[in-house]
Formats: sequence, structure tokens, C-alpha cells
Amino acid sequence: MAFLDRTARSMLLGELVAGLVLTLRYFFTRKATINYPYEKGPISPRFKGEHALRRYPNGEERCIACKLCEAICPAQAITIEAEPRDDGSRRTTRYDIDMTKCIYCGLCEESCPVDAIVEGPNFEFATETREELMYDKAKLLSNGDRWEPELSRRLEMDAPYR
Amino acid sequence: MAKVTVDGIEVEVPNGSTVLQACEAAGKEIPRFCYHERLSIAGNCRMCLVEIERAPKPVSSCSFPVADNMVVKTDSPMVRNGRRGVMEFLLINHPLDCPICDQGGECDLQDQALGYGMDHSRYKENKRAVKDKDLGPLVKTVMTRCIQCTRCIRFVSEVAGVPDLGATSRGENMEVGTYVERALGSELSGNIIDLCPVGALTSKPYAFTARPWELKKTDGIDVLDAVGTNIRIDSRGPEVLRILPRINNDVNEEWLGDKSRFFVDGLKRRRLDRPWVRRDGRLVPASWAEAFATIAQRLQGVPGERIGAVAGDLCDAESMLALKDLMAALGSANLDCRQDGARLDASRRDFYLFNSSIAGIEEADALLLVGSNPRHEAPVLNARIRKQWLHTNMPLGVIGPAADLTYAATTLGDGPGAISALLDGSHSFAPMLRDAKKPMIVVGQGALRRPDGAAVLAACWKLAAAFGGLSAGWHGFNVLHTAAARVGALDLGFVPGPGGRGFESMLGGRVDVLWLLGADEFDTARIGADTFVVYQGHHGDRGAARADVILPGAAFTEKPGTYVNMEGRVQRGLLAVYPPGQAREDWRIVRAFSEVIGRTLPYNDLPALRKRLEQANPVFARVGFLPRFGAGDESGPAGDPTAMSAAPLAPAVTNYYQTDAITRASPTMAACTEIYVAPTLQAAE
Repeated sequence: MAFLDRTARSMLLGELVAGLVLTLRYFFTRKATINYPYEKGPISPRFKGEHALRRYPNGEERCIACKLCEAICPAQAITIEAEPRDDGSRRTTRYDIDMTKCIYCGLCEESCPVDAIVEGPNFEFATETREELMYDKAKLLSNGDRWEPELSRRLEMDAPYR
Repeated sequence: MAKVTVDGIEVEVPNGSTVLQACEAAGKEIPRFCYHERLSIAGNCRMCLVEIERAPKPVSSCSFPVADNMVVKTDSPMVRNGRRGVMEFLLINHPLDCPICDQGGECDLQDQALGYGMDHSRYKENKRAVKDKDLGPLVKTVMTRCIQCTRCIRFVSEVAGVPDLGATSRGENMEVGTYVERALGSELSGNIIDLCPVGALTSKPYAFTARPWELKKTDGIDVLDAVGTNIRIDSRGPEVLRILPRINNDVNEEWLGDKSRFFVDGLKRRRLDRPWVRRDGRLVPASWAEAFATIAQRLQGVPGERIGAVAGDLCDAESMLALKDLMAALGSANLDCRQDGARLDASRRDFYLFNSSIAGIEEADALLLVGSNPRHEAPVLNARIRKQWLHTNMPLGVIGPAADLTYAATTLGDGPGAISALLDGSHSFAPMLRDAKKPMIVVGQGALRRPDGAAVLAACWKLAAAFGGLSAGWHGFNVLHTAAARVGALDLGFVPGPGGRGFESMLGGRVDVLWLLGADEFDTARIGADTFVVYQGHHGDRGAARADVILPGAAFTEKPGTYVNMEGRVQRGLLAVYPPGQAREDWRIVRAFSEVIGRTLPYNDLPALRKRLEQANPVFARVGFLPRFGAGDESGPAGDPTAMSAAPLAPAVTNYYQTDAITRASPTMAACTEIYVAPTLQAAE
């Protein structure tokens, strides 16, 4: 009996029809894919993307070379050198992040007492050469300048949960 | 002895101890800021509160004497509450600028706030702000951070003996400072940086350079004076960033002189990082093989007696032994380590040692300095003399130029005439020396560098013998050295062998080939024009400028080395960083060269060389430990005590901050010279 049942189903192409019905159903539902790069999915304000060094509104760089991010970095991707600036304040002379080492854990951002180093929403920083991923201070500061409106907004949005 | 119970642990401590000491004897940690073992007790930070049974309130343990059958609790609710309250008070005015503070990571306040403080602050009002003080080129101040423990004030007035610091106003307005703005006038001023429990006093040259957790710590021995101070070399990657003292109660307690602490930038400048060979009157870069070939070629056909070697002041014993063995292989007995011309007698060990030992100063009851200014020649040792003077008010005499030694010393005369006067008992200081049970006679290099140095040395020995300084239990004859390598070299016999030439007679073209092992402290123009000079060393200084071949060696931070300090203590330093460029450890250079000329020295590695070192002199087997000894043989060093000239004694060190090739290359030391030494030199003119 079971043999007859199975044979009848296969002769009538039951599986094929069931499969095509599913296809047809998805044909009429909303698409899950988006037209990247012209469209982008939503990201959380806590998204950990490309790093940036921020400045104060008056243009002064925030980083004070306390080296906590360097100390906490589990991948040891950050290298900092510091010395007194001409006005006697503590500043970095070198702030390098090796983006090939970075694991985007966000601990640098969490350890920063002045919100200088942040991981921004940008994830589209693929490069053609490896060397371009060795970020230096100038690159990080220019990232900060470029992304500052986004960065401050997402910090503000995340502030209640910190 | 008093029996004290601390948290249920019974300990016995001497009467008169403090409760804090009793707690430490019981192994309990008591937090403290103002208390320090080597300073007087102030009792003003209140952090060391403990509960004592039958006392109505917590007491500060650092200033409370123990009594028999006292019961102390160090971790009761009352104590915890009290400490939390004290910490809250301390943090009222302390700024929360740990991220930019150089003390961050090694800060007592940070650590103890974590251990004993509250997790949040209830203080909402404004904090106090204090203007920073300018304490000179070495100590940076951020006075807002000061918690007024007064350790720095007590250090400079008690240990350093230069009462430059003090407190003005009281209560919240109290400020530590110099009152009239001036640089700290002490050779030990760097120690207040270590003593400061917060970041109020930090190192100016090291400002913002590194964090303590980034540093690799290596144990080393300081070579910039002959005390053999135990140091910790903090390095990151290929550079030495700072130097701190290590505790060694027999040598330096826990102090370090400013020169030895702040010279580190000199290790990066004017370095010899590749071999050089002089061609047509100009030094040109060369390879090791070329440099060795040039020397080997020049050595061909030169008889042994026309070859000489001079060891400098910063050399380790290993390299000196290797060079001595090389000279022996070449058939030369022309060796010398006394490039300053000091008339030291190497025939017996106690003729050139600081025999009473540095810790032994604390037993002395009279002290006579001959041609020595220990404040500039060995500031850490000077602090020890001052300590003993403070404790016992022992009579101190100085023969030589008058100087401020930080203690009251009677100037007996400026020339050796005073020694004769003491010997015949006609001097007013003679009775004081005679009354002493353990007198110390300290002869400095200023007295031995003179042409009549041997006579002064012999006279001082006679003086020690005449005043009871040479007995079975006490050796009161001391030579105060200024060169770290000197005693090691004399122990190895780096002096003219039978028929060999001394330093003076190697100059002026009397040898054809002269090998300078880091020897820079003489006028190189005195070397004969035709003499072929090999300079092996780490800094491009006088010796390198005159050299025909330069072999780049390693500074003392860059090689494992054995050093013997002025009291004869053998100590070992370790390698902290590698030598720059093509520079190599010095003994390896000598060993490699010996192979080039076909007279291979019989050691290939450091253990084998150290075994050879022990063979050369058994004292090298006794690392770190120094047996005390009395005087066995009263017969004195060679020299006629009556042959002393009347010329006044000159100081051996005129500029404390620049005494060798490394410190001359250091910008920090140059700044110190400009501020501390130049004005006095100008005033003298």
C-alpha cells in the first residue's frame, strides 16, 4: 500500500509542485536582499567599524596619550608614542593602528577616558594594498573629521546605556 | 621586646617600634602615604589607621609606639570605615587626571584608592588648584596633585641635606615648594620622584614617554660612579627609557644619584654603531673584517713591548680580562687602567679598596676626607656619611678644597701639610681622631692624581695606623674611587706587568700600537703622532676622535657585565637592550680579533669567560656578597710619606653631571651643567 502511495505521488510530481509553490510564495513576498552598494542595511549605533580619532569642537584633538587603548588591545594592534607638546600638554607623536591585526572588539573605544578613539559606522574601507591598512595618526584624525556628525550622533544614542 | 597581637597573630618587636612595624612583622599590609622606612615619621596622611583594643578611636599606626600585650586589628569594620573616610578626604582635592599623569600605573594613591577607597565620589564642589613650581631641569611638578605627605620635604632636608623644600601656609592652603623659586640644589634630587606617592613630582626628561606596564625591567649596576649602585633599567624595544634604583641596604639603600638616573638620553646620542678605519687622515666607515684586517696588518712585526692597552672607567671586568689576555698573547705587559694618573698601589687589595665598606660608615665614629668631595664623587655614599653624622654627630675633617658637603665638616687645611700636622699630633683635630674607636680615613682621587700621590697614599695609611684605624676588627683605611671599572681592573691586574709601561710612559709615541678600551678621560693629543690607536668603545668622544680604527662596543646597559665597586663588592648587571647597529659586546670583539691574528683566546661563551675570571682572581666568584675584614698587615703601600709637596689638593670631579663619554653626550646632563655647575665656575673665575 505504501508502495502504491509513493509511486502515485512521484508520478504526479508532488514534490516538484510543493517546491514550486514555495518559490511562487517567495516570488510575491518582500525581497530580503538589498541593492548594495546603492542601498545599505540599517546598523546599530554600537556598530564597530573603522576607527577614528575625534576632536573637540574647537579643533583640539581629544587624545591625551594615556595609552589605555594600547594596553587593553587584545590583538596589540595599537602603537602609541607620546611626548610633551610645545605648550606642555600630553599628546601623541604617533598613533598607529594596524587594521589587519584589529579584531574590532571595541575595547579601545570603551577604555578611552575622553572618547577620542571610536569605532565608527564605516565598514567600507577595503584597500588594494596591505600597507594602506596600517593607519597612522593623520589618517585616523581625518577619519574623525569626516565622520564626526555620525560619530557624535551615535555616541549620543548609546549614552543612556553606558 | 614587646609582645603584640596583630589580627590574632602574635609577634615580638623591639620596644619603641611603631604599631605599623609590628603589623608588618605579622605580615599585614598597612596602607600609607607619608610613612617611609628611611625618613622621619610625620603621621600626617592618616591612611595607616588601625584599631587598638581599649583605644576609643582608630590610631595612626606609623606614629604610635607599641606596648606589651597590645592587641591590634588591621581589618575591623572600624578600620575599614576609617580608611575609607581618609581616602575620601584625600581625593577631595586630588584631580582625576590619572590618564595624563605620569605616575599612572605605579601610583600609590591609585592602588590604595582601589583597595581601600569608595567606588564613587560624593564631592561635588570645586577642587583646589595650586600653581606648579619650577624645581630645575630634572623634577617636573604638578602641585595640584600633591597630597601633602611631606616625604619630599623630609627627604631633601634629612637624607640629601639640602633644605630647599618646605611647606608654606596650612590646612587646605598648604603648598610644598622652594618659597623663592630655584632649582633643587642636590645631587640626589631625583629620589623625590620615587618617594612621591602621587604624580606631583615626576621626572622631567621622562615626561609622557611611557607607561610602566610597557617597560621591560632589567637588573643592572650603575657605572657612572664607583659606588656600584644597584639599578633597574627600564627599556622599551631598543631604547632605555629610564633608570630607577633597586634596594640594596649594603650599597645604596634605595637612593640613586641624579647623574646615574637622568643620563639615559646620552645612550642614544653620539653612538658608535659601526666600525671605522682612518684612511688618508679621514675616518671612513668599514666592515668588521676590514677593521680587524687593518689592525692585524699594523700589528705585524711590532714587538710586544711596543704595544699597549688602556682600560677606561666604564669597562666591565670581562672585556678587561679579554684584553689583558690578548695583550699577553701579543707579548705585551704594557697595561694600565689609571688614565687619570692616580698613584694607586695594586700590590695588595686593601691598598685600593674602600675597606670599611659603605655600610660600615654607620659604625664609624670619626671620619677624615683627604682630597675627596664625596658629594660629587659618590653622592649616595655621601648620604650615608650624612646619616651617620646626623645619628652620632661624629667629628668630620676635610683636607682639601672647602666645599659644602651637606654636613658640618672641619676644614683642616687645603694641602697635604695637614696630614703631616695630624701625624705629629700638632693639629687640633688629632685628639678627636685619637679618641675615635673606629676612625675612617678616606682618600680621594683628588689626592692621588698628583705627582706625589703615592706619598699621600702612604701618609694616609700611616695616619690610619697611627690613630687606631687598622685593627683586627676594623679597617679604617679607605680609597674613594670615581671610576666604576677601576677596582675591577686592579683586581684583574690591569696594571703594568714586569717590565711593562704604565699609562704615562705609553704616551708620547713610546708605543707603536695603543688599544684604548673606552678610555676617554685624558688629553688624546699626548698620544704620539705616529702611534696607531685602536679605540674600542660605545661613544664618539675624545678617544674615538683620535683613533685610527674604531671598534664599536656596547654600553653597560647593552651587555651582561661584572663590576667591582669601590669596596670590592663584585656585582653583575644584565643585558637590557642590544647594542645599536653593528656594535657588539666588548669581550666578543676582543675574542673575535684574537682569532684573526691567530692567537685565539680560550673562551667562546660567557660562562667560560667567567670561569677564567674566577681563575684570574678568586674574588670574582663571590658575586654580590662582601665579607667584612679587619686589617691584617700594617705595612703600608709603597711611597715616602715625607715626600708630599705643599701644593693644595684639587677636586677630582669639577662637574658632577659630566664625567664620562655617556654623560657628555646627554642633553639632560648638559642642561644640568648649565644650571648647576656653570654659575659656580663663573663665580670662581
